[in-house]
Amino acid sequence: MDVQIWTWLLVGVSFALYFGIAIWARAGSTKEFYVAGGGVSPLANGMATAADWMSAASFISMAGIISFAGYDGSVYLMGWTGGYVLLALLLAPYLRKFGKFTVPDFIGDRYYSNTARTVAVICALIVSFTYVAGQMRGVGIVFSQFLQVEITTGVVIGMAVVLVFAFLGGMKGITYTQVAQYCVLIFAFMVPAIFISIQMTGNIIPQIGMGGRVEDGTYLLQKLDNLHTQLGFKEYTEGTKSTWDVFAITLALMAGTAGLPHVIVRFFTVPNVKDARKSAGWALLLIAILYTTAPAVSVFARTNLIETVSNQEYSSLPEWFKNWENMGLIAWSDKNEDGKIQYVNGEATTGKPEFTDARGANGERIISNASSETNELYVDRDIMVLANPEIAQLPAWVIALVAAGGLAAALSTAAGLLLVISTSVSHDLIKKQLKPDISDKGELLAARISIFVAVVVAGIFGIYPPGFVAAVVALAFGLAAASFFPAIVLGIFDKRMNRQGAISGMIVGIILMLFYMIRFKTGLIGVLDPLPPSEWWFGTSPEGFGTVAMTVNVVISVIVSRLTPAPPEDVQDIVENIRIPSGAGEAHDH
Amino acid sequence: MPIPENARKYWRENIKYLTVLLIIWFAVSFGCGILFKDFLNRYSLGGFKLGFWFAQQGSIYVFVILIFVYIRLMNKLDKKYGYNEK
Repeated sequence: MDVQIWTWLLVGVSFALYFGIAIWARAGSTKEFYVAGGGVSPLANGMATAADWMSAASFISMAGIISFAGYDGSVYLMGWTGGYVLLALLLAPYLRKFGKFTVPDFIGDRYYSNTARTVAVICALIVSFTYVAGQMRGVGIVFSQFLQVEITTGVVIGMAVVLVFAFLGGMKGITYTQVAQYCVLIFAFMVPAIFISIQMTGNIIPQIGMGGRVEDGTYLLQKLDNLHTQLGFKEYTEGTKSTWDVFAITLALMAGTAGLPHVIVRFFTVPNVKDARKSAGWALLLIAILYTTAPAVSVFARTNLIETVSNQEYSSLPEWFKNWENMGLIAWSDKNEDGKIQYVNGEATTGKPEFTDARGANGERIISNASSETNELYVDRDIMVLANPEIAQLPAWVIALVAAGGLAAALSTAAGLLLVISTSVSHDLIKKQLKPDISDKGELLAARISIFVAVVVAGIFGIYPPGFVAAVVALAFGLAAASFFPAIVLGIFDKRMNRQGAISGMIVGIILMLFYMIRFKTGLIGVLDPLPPSEWWFGTSPEGFGTVAMTVNVVISVIVSRLTPAPPEDVQDIVENIRIPSGAGEAHDH
Repeated sequence: MPIPENARKYWRENIKYLTVLLIIWFAVSFGCGILFKDFLNRYSLGGFKLGFWFAQQGSIYVFVILIFVYIRLMNKLDKKYGYNEK
């Protein structure tokens, strides 16, 4: 059977499974809709958290980015896993004990203020929307590449699917479909990685194969470093970012991870505090399987790519090269007219390649914006994971499996985010502020309507991606780190923290972060657009600035809180209460 | 509401655990993987330079272990102070 049939088959079977689960796990009450009834087992919740967390970006793009960034890519690996340590130790158990439905619930009650609640709702909406737009786009791209439909059609199919299981099941439906999606995505990621590891190093475990020897007896990483040096790249294991910037980005990603509302809310679904801790452990273990395999995939793919294309005749290249070139994700321009591919350090094109309709002497697609640098090859980072099985000549069913896995990753994350958005609207805004006397049925209806609206808006973003979305998705972490994270941690660990301190910290933190992002990413403020890295404050990239904004948030919160009156007795009692694990069961109903 | 002595002690021990675990968390990632990477890269672990290994593999393994150690410590602590639930 060929790849196309396998793809339809595997995607079809996995989707049938998700729908079956969604129908089986329909939600009957707001409690089931928001927190799956609060009775999810720690392992199931760990799997759901892992699927929720690992998006299309983790599945498709991350290994590709690392493969081009080498050591610098470590910021994502450490940042997106180390955040779970903060989450497990500093947030999850206490928020579970607090026992309401959302992050704004906690902020609003702990800081006895609807202003604080509203600030939190706005932050949650900004963070979730920037994130979900990227997911819908990811769904569209995977559909279009594997099923040969337009990206727009892909996005619409994705919207319909997400809508069915989020609309019917709420958190309950999403949790159990995410469990299935975790299994699909991890299997789909591991199988090609194991195959390639055996092929290249003879080791069945990719994490060990990465440090293993290749056929001629040299270490794989040594060989890759040598290849890099020969072609004028910086050594793979060294990296180009400054130590401070790597530090700042890693910390911002960690704190941001721990502060993302769609991740935190997962810990409200387990029965008690003990299970909240346990499910954080499961979640990280299950995530770590992918996150320790990804850098191995990056090394395999990078080595394979260089060996397959460098100094080879264009006409002798394998089929996949031309397929991806036809999709516009690989571009080659024969600058020295020798018919061979020169792949060296430097940009082959100015910006993304622009293709003309013409074909060159070797049959390659002519690009109109080739640069004057020696490098002739442009490779889109996103194709490394998708093309890897083809480059390594794996069987058709493995290639098809990657499509099913990519879809599972994108859909599970999109569904989790959409739920946070709808909860923010129906619970934090309507129930808690606008119409407190709304019935459970009415609130459930409001939640379903807002999820519908959210899906449509996210779909529109996916079909017509505004230029800023791509730049902003990575910064969603900076925003979460600069706003929520300090407010929640201080709310638990600093009893003296009060309304004035937390609100001023959150507002200053998020505004500072937004300002820096816009100033250095878009050029909407100021004369120069966007400002060059030489102008960065203390050499901090916008991705790493969350660390600075977070520090400012903490300093301001602490100073302001010490200059204003202590929080009232009953709020201090809440803090005392959440610090003790027992008795979380009854706190669930409110 | 005055804080019972039991709760105060429980919290103090909890903070002590957190401090130790977070120091390890910081040391493996920001320490070995970033600040002292160049120094550690002089040593190797199989085919890996040691600093690089910490940044892309080792720190993640330690993170997983840290959470499971935390779970164990806290379960014991809950029992000791009578806060455990089934």
